[in-house]
Amino acid sequence: MTALLELDNLHVFHGASQALFGVSLQVREGQAVALMGRNGMGKSTTIATACRMLPLRAGTVRLAGRDITTLPSYRAARLGLGLVPEGRRCFAPLTVTENLIAAARPGPWTLARVQAFFPRLSERARQLAGTLSGGEQQMLAIGRALMTNPRLLLLDEATEGLAPVIRTEIWTAITRLKSEGLSLLLVDKTLSEILPLADHCVILERGKVAWQGGPTALTPDLTTTYLGV
Amino acid sequence: MDNTRKEWMLNALIAGVLLAVPLWAWLANEPFIITLATRIAILAIAGVGLNIALGLGGMVSFGHALYLGVGGYVAGIAAHHAFHGTPILGLSGTNQMLPIWAMAMLLSGALAGIVGALSLRTSGIFFIMITLAFAQMGFFFTLSWPAYGGEDGLPIFVRNQFPGLNTARPWEFFLIVYGVLMLALALFATLRAARFGAALMAIRQNPDRAAAIGISPFGIKLVAFILSGMITGLAGAMMADLTRFVSPAMIAWTMSGEMIVIIILGGVGRLFGPVAGAAILVGFEVFFGGLTEHWKLWLGLVLLAVVLFARGGLIGLIAGRAHHG
Repeated sequence: MTALLELDNLHVFHGASQALFGVSLQVREGQAVALMGRNGMGKSTTIATACRMLPLRAGTVRLAGRDITTLPSYRAARLGLGLVPEGRRCFAPLTVTENLIAAARPGPWTLARVQAFFPRLSERARQLAGTLSGGEQQMLAIGRALMTNPRLLLLDEATEGLAPVIRTEIWTAITRLKSEGLSLLLVDKTLSEILPLADHCVILERGKVAWQGGPTALTPDLTTTYLGV
Repeated sequence: MDNTRKEWMLNALIAGVLLAVPLWAWLANEPFIITLATRIAILAIAGVGLNIALGLGGMVSFGHALYLGVGGYVAGIAAHHAFHGTPILGLSGTNQMLPIWAMAMLLSGALAGIVGALSLRTSGIFFIMITLAFAQMGFFFTLSWPAYGGEDGLPIFVRNQFPGLNTARPWEFFLIVYGVLMLALALFATLRAARFGAALMAIRQNPDRAAAIGISPFGIKLVAFILSGMITGLAGAMMADLTRFVSPAMIAWTMSGEMIVIIILGGVGRLFGPVAGAAILVGFEVFFGGLTEHWKLWLGLVLLAVVLFARGGLIGLIAGRAHHG
């Protein structure tokens, strides 16, 4: 399998303070990579940097072998990076359909297919996104990313703050996406939900990759040390 | 009844009244009323143009009178050369509306492209000031352009012509303007319902978030700004034909302000907002202008009330919150 996304030696700053210290990781075609770590360890910064929403001080971002380090975020999205941001961040004053068609790019994921994938989005088509429940907004955020016809879906805390029944629904949807061959980079703190899906795990600690390996190699000692569980 | 249905019914009512009143005036031989309705329709076309930039894209252009003026001067200059039989840049002038409209839209669109490319790199108060600065440059340029009247302006002795209709008759000229207004509204509705409109509204909400889903904020806003300038330029050409006169006053900052007032009064981003806003503005000018020379004071109070209590303008007040899609 070839590397779809390659982050190489990322050094990223938030103002004067350094957030990432040489982070490197890879997501291969069809693979689901879990990016883990406690709060403030650099997970969201890594995702935002991969999507070219944050500038790099040093390092390289490659997508399917192409250097996208200096590209603006909209070009990175068009090349296949589909971001589902933390906190959903739907366009609240726009309807569900407007949120979806705003992101539309040519490819197999059409409005009809996204609405069939999440029937709730079809039922709420003309409702303003700001009036949806948290779970529905999450479906909309995933649906919106799918409308860009991504090669890699980056999900930052996809189920944070949602009711258990809705979390299950969202994880079922993500599992279906993986089974359809979509590559995934997942950030989540709930190991019981993320590990069954992950092919590879990366743990961040204070802006550095502290450990990486297969999910079966993740011992209780490691989770206690780095994830506090 | 949901808000969308209510708004469509209100839109149909406004479109019907705007056609029925001049029709009655034509039958009753009241050409002044037809001229008023034509003025409302032309200002509404200009408003539809600005509504693409301001209403959908959140671009508060305080210099849209520039494009109105470009359209106006294209009509005026073409008619001037046609009337006097003198060439312009090796070409003869024309008194035909269709080529004049095409040229007005082309030039105002090109100018909007230049202004947009430079000003859209800024936002907020800086964007407002840069658009105003460009319009003021246009204003002072026409003021010191003696070949076309300078500050005295340029008369159009005979209204330009439209195939198959007698534009000298107010009712027939109104029908042309009304038809163009309906086309402009149809274009606005189509743009708003398409990916382009959704992307533009997404950028207005949050450009960084829009960029993260593959939308180029600068590119989409520039296209919207150019389209906006083209439609406003078309309105300018018609305005020149209505008044049979163009002058630097068409490009004055007060005209840009009036266009924004039209949008706010009618409803920012609402399909028929510019029509309702233009009707309110012209209505105030005619009815209160006859009573007092300080009619703009009363208009100001209405504007204040709209901003404070009816953010959706007249359309929003009657039809409720926007529920597009």
